[in-house]
Amino acid sequence: MFLPFFYELRRRGLKVGAQEALALAGALRAGLHDSHLDGFYHVARALLVHSETQLDAFDQAFLAHFQGVETASLELTQELLSWLEEARERPDLSPEEVALLEQLDPEELRRLFEERLREQKERHDGGNRWVGTGGTSPFGNNGFGREGIRVGGAGGKQGRALMQAGARKYLGYRDDLILDTRQMAVALRKLRAFARDGAPDELDVEESIAATARNAGELEVVTRPPRRPNTRVVLAMDVGGSMDPYAALVSRLFSVASQATHFKELRTYYFHNCVYGKLYATPQLTGGLTVPELVAQVGRHHKLVMVGDASMAPYELGIRTDANGHYKADGQEGLTWLMQLAQHFERNVWLNPEPMGTWRSGSIAVIARVFPMFALTVEGLGEAVTHLTRGRTVRGAAARR
Amino acid sequence: MSQAPTPVRFKGTDTYLTHESLQAAVNCALTLQRPLLVKGEPGTGKTLLAEAIAEALGHRLITWHVKSTTRAQDGLYVYDTVQRLYDSRFGDGDVRDIRKYIRQGPLGEAFSSPERVVLLIDEVDKADLEFPNDLLHELDRMRFRVTETGDEVAAKHRPVVVITSNNEKELPDAFLRRCVFHFIDFPDADLMRRIVDVHHPGLDRALAEQALKVFYELRSLSRLRKKPSTSELIDWISVLKAQGVHDIKLDEQLPFLGALLKKEQDLVSVAEAFGRGRRPRA
Repeated sequence: MFLPFFYELRRRGLKVGAQEALALAGALRAGLHDSHLDGFYHVARALLVHSETQLDAFDQAFLAHFQGVETASLELTQELLSWLEEARERPDLSPEEVALLEQLDPEELRRLFEERLREQKERHDGGNRWVGTGGTSPFGNNGFGREGIRVGGAGGKQGRALMQAGARKYLGYRDDLILDTRQMAVALRKLRAFARDGAPDELDVEESIAATARNAGELEVVTRPPRRPNTRVVLAMDVGGSMDPYAALVSRLFSVASQATHFKELRTYYFHNCVYGKLYATPQLTGGLTVPELVAQVGRHHKLVMVGDASMAPYELGIRTDANGHYKADGQEGLTWLMQLAQHFERNVWLNPEPMGTWRSGSIAVIARVFPMFALTVEGLGEAVTHLTRGRTVRGAAARR
Repeated sequence: MSQAPTPVRFKGTDTYLTHESLQAAVNCALTLQRPLLVKGEPGTGKTLLAEAIAEALGHRLITWHVKSTTRAQDGLYVYDTVQRLYDSRFGDGDVRDIRKYIRQGPLGEAFSSPERVVLLIDEVDKADLEFPNDLLHELDRMRFRVTETGDEVAAKHRPVVVITSNNEKELPDAFLRRCVFHFIDFPDADLMRRIVDVHHPGLDRALAEQALKVFYELRSLSRLRKKPSTSELIDWISVLKAQGVHDIKLDEQLPFLGALLKKEQDLVSVAEAFGRGRRPRA
């Protein structure tokens, strides 16, 4: 009976399968839903949704399936007015409700309704005046104003669950991104390298046994320093302008990187378009430090990850500035600043969200000669990480293992 | 697969107020005997839920606080090699009996308990990415084998497993599929009023209303890095009560703001937003 609902969910990107169907069937058999649509809504939500990012899609699917109303927009048409005519003949209303309904003069109600429709500009949820859902206005759906007109929607018994589903309060948790955060986290995990550093306070069982055996059975305890993450990363991101379409994707990468626990040090900076002497601490381009300062503070073994579309007018690569980002005729060109960064860090990559087909021309091609460039996709991120860990950088970290 | 409906239904406790969707999720988990995964903002009572379930059902609560270094194996059992090595050296006890040196972890303890227990796996996202995957089989079958002795530990009564996550890491799909999921919404003003009532019975009405108003206004401030949550509101009201504050208004001299805001930048932002000397935005 609820299988079509499952396909509706799958159509909306919730990967529900046989396991969920069986679980739901089991829960319904046990009577957890109390034979009530409200109960069914809560039970189904607990069993079919696995992440708060899917709650909104679930609510949408629930609305679409169990109400059959147009969820995209509430069309204010003649159809709504016909509700007025029908309202008095509704068989599912109790005698008291009909009596309440009768208190209002239909003609008066219709006049008010049309008047308010003209005033109203958009879909409305909640509140006590406009036509919409979940309110106490006499007009609308799923509301508390019983003596009014229900606009659109089905019977009264379903009201509460559908009202909840219609509220769309999980909209902010949606997560329809190309790069799944877990995929990103897994890709970044390859960046880790460990080193044994610090006080020897961890028991080395293998070594202790070997040493004890060498000692003819006299116990010899061997300790060693614990393994600690030893990867240091400098992450710099292009913000604003042409990067705006990718802002969500890139901020996701930033949050994954800052949540990763396997970096010994992570510095994040922002720049606009191209680096002009200064890397900023905030996306609003405030704070931060100059390239010479950064080069002085961090060693060559830090891994530099630049994120940006590398797309700009050719002259923008040639703007001359001093280290504080001020225009100066005798300053260095933007491209030179980039080269300085690329030369200082032994391992560096540029992650580009632009499709790879566009990389062969313009400023992208120029920057791709300075930094090894990878696509900001799961695959590209994996390749970039492999590039970062390969080669000379490994020498320092792995030799001491 | 005829399952008798579980006679016990979770309805919350005197001190833990629930929403019906949370009750439905808990009852699903109880009936289907699946782990319950609870997510939500910090301070919305994820951990307290396990205590409330244990209290409501009259079961013992076993907690396992997961840390960044926790491995799945730690939850099952720990083989104390060092103790055995020492005992063999100094001749204390019988070192031939390896079972003496197997110490059960929280999961092992829950499985081998003679009665049904509530097992709380707190902040599962703190651990390594692979941690949830390593527990899949054990949580599914509720049994594991001790490699050193070949003994099998199997649950006599499947424990009620409650898992909390602060969303620091994404959990793997295979793990999510096996869980009943619930996302604890941030309480609206009405529920919050009831929660405050439960924790501070007999609180001055006016003070409670003022505190709630200030609280929601602070939460609506988008510049805050960490928004105050339920538990912080409860703490704050405790302090206000203890200090005999009767009248508060939202300005830069809000009393005991430190109980609500935990980051220095946030204190600065609030002072800027509500203070008289309004600084222009940088």
